[in-house]
This record gives sequence, structure tokens and C-alpha cells, in this order.
Amino acid sequence: MIKIRGLTKRLGRKQVLDGLDLDIQTGETIVVLGPSGTGKSVLLKHIIGLMTPDKGSIQVDDDELIGMKERELNEVRKRFGMLFQGAALFDSMTVGENVGLSLREHLRMSEQDIHKRVTERLEWVGLKGVEEVKPASLSGGMRKRAGLARAIVMDPQVILYDEPTTGLDPIMSDVINQLIRSLQQRMGVTSVVVTHDMTSAYKVADRMAMLYGGKVVFTGTVDEVRTTKDPLMRQFIEGSSEGPIKPV
Amino acid sequence: MNGDDLAVRGFLAIRNRFFNWLAEIGRVTILLGDVGRYFVPGVRAMHLVIQQCHAIGVGSLWLVVVVSMFTGAVSAVQAAYQFSTVVPLKFIGSVILRSVIIELGPVLTALIVGGRVGASIAAELGTMKVTEQVDALRAMAINPVRYLVVPRVVAAIIMLPVLTVFADAIAVFGGWFVAVTTIGVSSHTYVLGLKQFFYYKDLFSGLFKAVIFGGIIGTMGCYYGFATEGGAEGVGIATTRAVVASCVLVLISDYVLANVLFRFIFAS
Repeated sequence: MIKIRGLTKRLGRKQVLDGLDLDIQTGETIVVLGPSGTGKSVLLKHIIGLMTPDKGSIQVDDDELIGMKERELNEVRKRFGMLFQGAALFDSMTVGENVGLSLREHLRMSEQDIHKRVTERLEWVGLKGVEEVKPASLSGGMRKRAGLARAIVMDPQVILYDEPTTGLDPIMSDVINQLIRSLQQRMGVTSVVVTHDMTSAYKVADRMAMLYGGKVVFTGTVDEVRTTKDPLMRQFIEGSSEGPIKPV
Repeated sequence: MNGDDLAVRGFLAIRNRFFNWLAEIGRVTILLGDVGRYFVPGVRAMHLVIQQCHAIGVGSLWLVVVVSMFTGAVSAVQAAYQFSTVVPLKFIGSVILRSVIIELGPVLTALIVGGRVGASIAAELGTMKVTEQVDALRAMAINPVRYLVVPRVVAAIIMLPVLTVFADAIAVFGGWFVAVTTIGVSSHTYVLGLKQFFYYKDLFSGLFKAVIFGGIIGTMGCYYGFATEGGAEGVGIATTRAVVASCVLVLISDYVLANVLFRFIFAS
């Protein structure tokens, strides 16, 4: 379980997170919604320790992340996988090297076993025969899937998805959504998905949390989201420019 | 705006610049501390160091060859012109050799490599930073200083002296070629001049400088790469800053090292 309490972060003059509280249950897929610039990605980067908050606490199982030394934090990070918005594949490496990097760095595995695991994870995300290809030669959807293969190669307990469908066509978006669901079922992982794509949110979520003004202003199941009368949530679902959410 | 306002604004601008400069020195020092901390595990990943040695050394070799060849050639022409009425031409080999191994070889190599490699390191790491590849490494529990910075700094420290040895040899050869073919000095006289005033301490001093210059170029490239903010514009700014900082620091440290080496260590 991930327990976030009073998370506060100011970037320059902007108060991005302002005392945010959120609980993420083990094994669930929670979608964090919110307009652009409300700190969804910032929240994700705090959960994996890429950013340090000004105040607050993040507990992953029994480990308090805030104040941890880099070495301890790295042990926690090994339990996570993260899919970045632009996939963040290393340009200088092939897809196979990208996916196998964590295995080579952290596990004493033979090259044969690494190759086997890399091929297997690439197949899980629907990519075959791309091990020797450089990321620059892949399409947007293939890059995301390769990024996902890299995120799951160490059998993480938690997968963080930063805008997994942004920039993809509707069909490829659906492929990614199905992958998120199938990985959750296959691996039993906890998934945190940051998005503003409601179609994707409805398809993958067990629960949704709405982020606005640096706080979580609404949490609920998919059914609760569909029927909610919360004005912030309703405006976001309906995609209306009229309402309490002011476009930035 | 009156004169007093202008003076206050000017003072504040200078003060802010000074504090920014101090902060930058602090951040570079922290990076150097991290390089020290992750030095052993970073060097243990030998394949990364070798990869960078290839990129820095082999990639710069032809540029160093061309520049050194003409440096030696110009040195010969200049020496012949300045010697014309004062010093016998038999000393031309000595003058070229000593000026090349003490000063021209290491400094020109450092300026060439600083321009080429400093820019390339800053651009590569800067692009990795703005496309979240550095964050991805950290998310994978891989320390970016260990994985990206240490191999580049170590490779620059190793390859600068190697390139300097090439530069020295080729510049001396370039000087010989011009001296023999256009100035009328015989090969025997030129080589005799080389031998007559060759001191190992000169060679050591030049190579020691090259080691320091390598450290500066690698560190500046990595520092400005990691400090990149924004998109393509940020990468461009980081690249320019890395090259400017490398070249300026090479020249400043050259002056400091010249004083330390030739006025204290090898004074006698």
C-alpha cells in the first residue's frame, strides 16, 4: 500500500501540490485525473523519489520515502516500474539493451537468461523481433510499448504510468489500455495511471482520483465517477470550459 | 530613472551575478564530490569507459592531427622569421619541441577537444535530461553520475594525454617538414636540436596539464548537460556554456599550472 499524506511542493512561484493526501491499495489500478499543469506527473515523480517534497510523507508498504538515503531509495525503486510520457528510451541503445539494462545492472543473470527475459517481456507488450532496433526507428505506439516492457522487466510490484496514451491514435491508445489491464491481471501489480484521457481512464481504472489545486478533490470507483454530481468532476468528465475549473 | 536608481540597479545586477557564479561553483563542487563517491563503481563498468574513450579519443584524432601538423608548420615559419638576425637556425628544432610539448600540444589539444567533446557531452546529456532519460535511469535505481558522468570524466582524463602525445609528435613532424623543405635546415640539424634541449620534465609537465584539462572538459560537459532546462533551446545554451567554460578554465588552469610547475616544482 502507498500512503501519501500532506504532500506539498512549490516549483518556482507555483504551488503545485498543496497538502495532498492519497491512499493507493495494493493490487488496484488507480487513475489520477486532472487538467494539464495540476501536478499529476509531479505526484508520480514524488512516489518514485525522483522529486523531493517541501513537506509531507510517502509510505510505500512500511518504508517512509522522504528523508531516505539514495541507496535505500534505490532498493525501493527496484520494486517500481515507470512508463514515462515520451517513453524515455535511451537513444544510444537498442530496444533489447534498453529493456535488459536493469537486469544487467541489478541481477547476476547470464546473457542467455537476460535475452530470454527481454524477448518474453517484449512479446508480452506485442513487440517481436525489435531487440536490435534503435528506438528512433520505432513509431510512437511501439516506443510506449518498449518503454512498458522496460518498466516490467524486473517484475515490479507497482507500475507508474505517466500519460500512457498521450500522442497516440485511438486504436493504439486502446492497445495500451488493454496492456495496462492485462499486465495488472497477469502480474497482480498495483498501477498508478496519470492521464487526462477519460476514455482510457474508464477502461483501466478500478478507482479514480481527481487532482485540482494541489489536492485530491475527489476519489471514487468508475461507477461513482459516472454518477457523481461533484461539479469539478462533472466538468472534467464532460470536458466543458464552463464551471469551477478555470483553464490556465 | 535618476542616477542613484541606476547605481543601485547596477549594484544589484553585479551582486546577483556574483552570487549565481558562487552557486555555480558550489554545484560543480557537488558534482565533483559525486564523481569521487561513485568513481570506483563507475570505473568498474569498464565497457562504458572504453566506449567513451573511443568517442573522445578516436573521434578527435583526425582533428588533432590536422591542427597539430599546421601548428608545427607555423611554429617553424615563425621561429625562422624571429631567429633571422639573432639566433642560429640550428636551434629551430629545440624551440619547436619545447614550445610544443610544454605549451602548444596540451593547450591546443585541450581547446580542440573542449570544443568538440565538451559540446558533444553537454548536448547528449542535455537531451537525455530534457527527454526524461536521466529520470528514467534514476527510476531504474541506476545512479546517473555513476552511469553517465564517471565514464565520461575518466575517459577524458585518459584520452587527453594520449591525444597530446600524438599532437606533440605530429607538430614536431610538421615543424621538421617545413624546416627541411622551405627554410633550408637539414634533417640532421633539426634532430640534433630536438635532442639537445629535450627534458623529461617538460614532457611530464605537458602531460600533467593534459590530465587536468581532460578532467575540466569532462566535468564541464557533464555539468552543463545535467543543468539543461527546457527543450532544444536549453540544449543549445548548455552546449555553448560547456564549450566556453571548458576553454576559459583550460586557459586559466594553464596559467596556474605553469606557475606551479615551472616556478616551484621544476624551478631549478
